[in-house]
Amino acid sequence: MTALLDIYRAHFKTTIASQLQYRAALVIWLIGMVLEPLIYLVVWTTVARSSGGQVGGYTPQDFAAYFIVFMLVNHATFTWIMWEYEYRIRQGTFSAMLLRPIHPIHSDIADNLSYKLLTLSVMLPTAIALSLAFRPAFHLVPWAVLAFIPALVLAFLVRFLMEWALALAAFWTTRVNAINQMYFVALLFLSGQIAPLSLLPAPIQAIGTALPFRWMVAFPVELLLGRLQPEEALIGFAAQVIWLIVALALVHVIWRAGVRRYSAVGS
Amino acid sequence: MTYLRLLWLFFRVGAMNELAYRANFFVQLFRSFLGLVTGLAGLAVVFSHTDTLGGWRPDELLALLGIYFLVGGLINLVIQPSMERLMEDVRRGTLDFTLTKPEDAQVLISAREVAIWKLVDLALGLGVLVVALVRLAAQVGLGQVLAFTLALLAGGAIVYSFWLILATVSFWFVRVENILVIFQSMYEAGRWPVGIYPPWLRITLTFLVPVAFATTVPAEALVGRLTVQTLLGAVGLALALLAVSRWFWTVGIRHYSGASA
Repeated sequence: MTALLDIYRAHFKTTIASQLQYRAALVIWLIGMVLEPLIYLVVWTTVARSSGGQVGGYTPQDFAAYFIVFMLVNHATFTWIMWEYEYRIRQGTFSAMLLRPIHPIHSDIADNLSYKLLTLSVMLPTAIALSLAFRPAFHLVPWAVLAFIPALVLAFLVRFLMEWALALAAFWTTRVNAINQMYFVALLFLSGQIAPLSLLPAPIQAIGTALPFRWMVAFPVELLLGRLQPEEALIGFAAQVIWLIVALALVHVIWRAGVRRYSAVGS
Repeated sequence: MTYLRLLWLFFRVGAMNELAYRANFFVQLFRSFLGLVTGLAGLAVVFSHTDTLGGWRPDELLALLGIYFLVGGLINLVIQPSMERLMEDVRRGTLDFTLTKPEDAQVLISAREVAIWKLVDLALGLGVLVVALVRLAAQVGLGQVLAFTLALLAGGAIVYSFWLILATVSFWFVRVENILVIFQSMYEAGRWPVGIYPPWLRITLTFLVPVAFATTVPAEALVGRLTVQTLLGAVGLALALLAVSRWFWTVGIRHYSGASA
């Protein structure tokens, strides 16, 4: 265990040093992360104003709170691993990773966390600026705020492992972009990105509840905003744990099959 | 005339390159279709809760979505690939080969790379636009169609000049691809009318990154919401930017000294 922690510490140091070399690229990626929730915030605020001040239980101030928190949770949980794997396998740099005496997923987790730590220094001021511009209303409930922390950690784990498993599709096909796009469309509608799930048609909500997407982003957001009853929160945690187990199994199975298939491309 | 022949030639070369990978056509078809379904579903979700969005009715926003895909398709078809090639050529010093050719270098670099499968986006956008037009038939007269054509041409010219100016910056600062990524993510905002955004964002999307001229202004012209002043302003800005980008390009090319020698 301490050996693993040492490895993580070393990874943090090297990735933070290397990412600081690409400061411009960091900021540019963030523009997309901020702009998307901002667009939907504006759209829904406009809708709420034109239909008498509220839509489906959300006032403009509630939408502001929802999309600002969504932006932060989405930032905390997102990964770019599918592009990383496509590159690694196409270029053959994956071979070097296989030689290390440790599962490559650890370096990916360390990369992800150190990037998040760095970019938090931009995300937090952005969230404050957006709060000043859109005046969100928070109705915080103490138990829900406490429960938010484990919900966020579980959401990160489920999303990371699911997307890591998805990234391994690159072992079988070079056309991962089409697969990724399908995944992102599902994420857009089912994770609460385009609108709070309660505003979507009932069948879509049911699909969202059955699949992992809701538990990867929307659940912690709704929890923090005090929109869930204690029973709903318990169901959410149960769903997160179930999907975590499924994701772990998927990663294990797909990884073993994929590595066996891999034959180095390039050098 | 020579320029049209050149354009056709580049188009044919692009087609021949890509026809070797026909499966890519189906991948692109699938991706464009997915993009269209996403756009339509987004509109459906919003309009299941309201009748108008910032004064725009569903069919009007459908027209805007069509224009969004149309212009986006045009950018991805030729402007973006050509400008990326230009920046790559500047970085590697291979722009020398283009400069020695006996035609205007700006024309050569502007249309050199054609990603033909992006025609699918163009066609889908046109299809959506036609559907929207049929549904808006009572509202759209000949004058509006003319104003729309003018606004679309002006928007295209503004976007092209904007990209050319940014790509020309690569003569001084070699790594500018990142700036172009900003345009890609800002263009997302163009699928909704810029009028709904708060003032600071609206100004950014109009003057800093000219997304508004590419999508909202032509759509406004089509549904008869555009004032004559705005239309003239857009055309004036297009002409001015074409001139400025041309001037900037000649300054840049004089600064270029090759990297291979």
